[in-house]
Amino acid sequence: MTQKNRLQTGGRINRSKPLSFVYNGKQFKGFEGDTLASAMLANGIDVIGRSFKYSRPRGIVAAGAEEPNAVMQLGATEATQVPNVRATQQELFEGLVSGATNGWPSVDNDLMGIVGKVGGKMMPPGFYYKTFMYPQSMWETYEKFIRKAAGLGSSPLENDPDSYEKINQHCDVLVVGAGPAGLAAALTAGRAGARVILADEQSEFGGSLLGTRETLNGEEAARWVADVTAELAGMKDVMLLPRSTVNGYHDHNFLTIHQRNTDHIADKAPAGQARQTLHRVRAKWVVLATGAHERPLVYGNNDVPGCMIASAVSTYINRYGVVPGNELVVMTTNDGAYQTAFDWQDAGRKVVAIVDTRQNPQGAQVAEASKRGIQLIKGSGIIDVAGSKRVTGVSIAALSADGSAVNGSVTKLSADTVATSGGWSPVIHLAGHTGSRPVWDEKVAGFLPGPTVEKRLIAGAIAGDFTTAGALAQGAEAGRKACAELGMDQPIIELPTTQERVEHPAMTLFHIPHVKKTSEAPKQFVDYQNDVTAAGIELACREGFESIEHVKRYTALGFGTDQGKLGNIAGMAIAAKATGRTIPETGTTIFRPNYTPVTFGALVGRDRGELFDPKRYTAMHKWHVENGALFEDVGQWKRPWYFPKAGETMQQSLDRECKATRESVGILDASTLGKIDIQGKDAREFLGRVYTNAWAKLAVGKCRYGLMCGEDGMVFDDGVTSCLGENHFIMTTTSGGAARVYEWLELYHQTEWPELEVYFNTVTDHWSTMTISGPNSRKLLEELTDADVSNENFGYMDWREMKVAGVPARVFRISFTGELSFEINVQANFGLHVWEKLFEKGAKYNLTPYGTETMHILRAEKGFIIAGQDTDGSVHPYDLGMGWAVSQQKPFSFIGKRGMAREDCVRDNRKQLVGLKTTDPSVVLPEGAQGVFDPKAPIPMPMVGHITSSYWSANLGHSIAMGLVKGGLDRMGEKVYYPLADGRVVEAEICSPIFLDPKGERQNV
Amino acid sequence: MLHIYCPHCCEYREEEEFHVKGQAHLARPLDPDACSDKEWGEYLYFRKNPRGLHHELWVHAAGCRKFFNVTRDTVSYEIKEVYLVGEKPSVVAHSGSAK
Repeated sequence: MTQKNRLQTGGRINRSKPLSFVYNGKQFKGFEGDTLASAMLANGIDVIGRSFKYSRPRGIVAAGAEEPNAVMQLGATEATQVPNVRATQQELFEGLVSGATNGWPSVDNDLMGIVGKVGGKMMPPGFYYKTFMYPQSMWETYEKFIRKAAGLGSSPLENDPDSYEKINQHCDVLVVGAGPAGLAAALTAGRAGARVILADEQSEFGGSLLGTRETLNGEEAARWVADVTAELAGMKDVMLLPRSTVNGYHDHNFLTIHQRNTDHIADKAPAGQARQTLHRVRAKWVVLATGAHERPLVYGNNDVPGCMIASAVSTYINRYGVVPGNELVVMTTNDGAYQTAFDWQDAGRKVVAIVDTRQNPQGAQVAEASKRGIQLIKGSGIIDVAGSKRVTGVSIAALSADGSAVNGSVTKLSADTVATSGGWSPVIHLAGHTGSRPVWDEKVAGFLPGPTVEKRLIAGAIAGDFTTAGALAQGAEAGRKACAELGMDQPIIELPTTQERVEHPAMTLFHIPHVKKTSEAPKQFVDYQNDVTAAGIELACREGFESIEHVKRYTALGFGTDQGKLGNIAGMAIAAKATGRTIPETGTTIFRPNYTPVTFGALVGRDRGELFDPKRYTAMHKWHVENGALFEDVGQWKRPWYFPKAGETMQQSLDRECKATRESVGILDASTLGKIDIQGKDAREFLGRVYTNAWAKLAVGKCRYGLMCGEDGMVFDDGVTSCLGENHFIMTTTSGGAARVYEWLELYHQTEWPELEVYFNTVTDHWSTMTISGPNSRKLLEELTDADVSNENFGYMDWREMKVAGVPARVFRISFTGELSFEINVQANFGLHVWEKLFEKGAKYNLTPYGTETMHILRAEKGFIIAGQDTDGSVHPYDLGMGWAVSQQKPFSFIGKRGMAREDCVRDNRKQLVGLKTTDPSVVLPEGAQGVFDPKAPIPMPMVGHITSSYWSANLGHSIAMGLVKGGLDRMGEKVYYPLADGRVVEAEICSPIFLDPKGERQNV
Repeated sequence: MLHIYCPHCCEYREEEEFHVKGQAHLARPLDPDACSDKEWGEYLYFRKNPRGLHHELWVHAAGCRKFFNVTRDTVSYEIKEVYLVGEKPSVVAHSGSAK
């Protein structure tokens, strides 16, 4: 296929480097320097998608980030699929594969288009809300259909093969936009020696200068751009980021920049290169030089392919050497768009007419048009366009002086392209991200950035000055201002001379009226991407949606990836008119990050797969892996869950581990228990304040179990704390609660009791902890130590320092299984050595490793709680039947004391933790099952508490459970019923939670 | 994302190094047992939610682990002042004004 719209000369493309690309399965050619959009226009591709709601054929409208229609699906393979790419921002590369996002079964033959046509009047705003809401059960079905029909792009079904980077940056001045204003600002700050980042979304710097034939210093503008860029590139503290969109402006001058490193080279990044980089920048000062977007006018059937923004048409001609049609009609409210007609004519194609909405435009542009013999139709507007897949003609009518009504007859002209300009909207998106509200400027006929608390300056078109000379001067001034604020030199740079012309005043007009009233006129699109029409906005206002935020949500104006770049101002103007208010009274909606879509890859960076979240391993992890352990995640820890042997089911493994421990000896890797080293002369006093029990008399060498409560009296952690020296303790916490407990201790010390001399240090990772438990555990320990570990010399709840397997150890005689147990703590890097020695000596005792699941069963057989499983923040120590762990006699009112004395905490019938024995001993209740006293009660039955822990106990030969039951401690022997989801009702008897060895004899031998 | 000056480290650090712990200057009653249920309930649960200046307790959790106070504008997210635990803020809301 030939590039029928390509000019022989001109533009910033390289005609000696042709590139082939695929669109919707067909091969096309473009040139190096093209965007996908310019290459498509060069090839005469008119329809690039179907609209969201009405499924109307759509063409390319703009040439930059503001393009609403040409949102493409990219990717040559399944894994490299990227949805939502603007064709106007995607540089062409050899082999690029693209497809239309919308259109089913194809863009040229779209089934939904019929719905759009027939159902035009039947699809008002809110159509989906109104139609598909009921019955609610059908919503999922509707949604699938709507999504397929609307075509929101598809995400890849395979893993992304590319890698992405995130970089934290700091700079003195971040300049956003490298047009004339941005370049002048960056050059000024750069010459002052500031650390500067200059970011621009386009492939090359220059901004508005790239698409015009304007000169600087009497030469083509590109020359000045190249000189400035070269000087900046030579400065060591200046970072230049082309192809980098500043997408978010967050609090305290934190901005995110999405840099596309290889998207212009290939489908997949070359080996060793990150496809995209997300720069997270903390800038001392920000200069926004983001320019302006030209506003298209709103008129009948203004979405037919061939209807474009005037400046975009000029950009395609001047920058890409592409004339996107043959016969042009320009409609404008200002002088600027005249240039588009001249560019078109100079490209050798026919300008049918310039339609100027002003009654009596004067000046140089008008004179030039006349000199060129271009027909000028004054005081008129295009009220309608003919054609479906391409413009075939326009209807023109005279307008009243204020542009609010048609007051003349309608003339028809033949044309295939309509270029319109309704003035310019400053690109204020970033300026509003941190909450600054834009301010309407009557002279600019647009919103300007409002006051801000951020250290931010604006320069150029964003500030409402649309001239090149103004942009250059304002940019340089912003650069100097930033330098002054930073206490640096404020160099004056030489600004190039520009060609300025005197412009005739523009007319403020957004919406071209039709001879019929808006609701009956042909569709006049305001927001192309969301299919929002002028009639739709008027209807929303009539239905009572007056706040612009409500109009937005009801009509979808400014939604989606578009974020109202082209349509917002016109939409607000129409809403203002419909509600009889001014535009400033109507206000704007809030712009939010991101300015244009960002890939998840860039946001995620390297934080994926193995690097998604840190994993914590104990020193014995390698041994666990080699011995077949399955693992459980406890916080970030990987803990052995159980150690299956070949052919065993999980239950068989657990039964074996449980029995071996109670019959001989088992071993648990308990290294993950939180450990906090506490020192200072007031350490003991501090413990007494944060634990519920007494610590005043705990002697050196002794251990004590403690409950920790919040000020509300509810248990939140527990553990054993041991006295290492008179002013030295080691506290253990639950594996998952360590960080929280540590912060809790620091909070109280630093903010409530700073007068106490006490110091905390987390030492969890310093120690390897292995618990040997069972009747043979002492014998096993004796094989590895010379110390006297007899019951007489090393009693229950004692700890001793000794050598174990030749290395220094702290051994604690504490038990979470109810068996004779020793918790051996050694320096972490000795852990594996000691563990292996234990197995070497333990073979004759059938030393059996067990994991968290067996640990849970063994402790439940003894009725020991797990904080966070048997407690949930609503349970105080008395509810747990653990009043023995609360000392009401302590002089200081410990944390939780007052809370657990509240009226609600001392009332009858609170949910209390009890044991539960199922009538059928083989039934294991599911944890979380809700209990009732009367299984025949009508639904909803009064629920009396849930099962918190439930297991099969191989040692006891029956199931065991613990649970909360209303008034449970006074209901021993009574029955509770658990109706399950599968229809069964399980009967259980309330009993003591201590199922095994109630006197505690086994641990005291 | 906030940029917070830690008065202990004497450096600006990123928000992700800090935890916010809620309203500042909530002194634990010296004699909790003398408090009525209502008084204890107020201490436990009732918090300010001002539009405008708010005094908050923060901790440099992934840094020096020290607590300190921050006066922050809840509308603009500006941090007006940081000061040590036990000190009084110098920037305070005008009484009777909403912001």
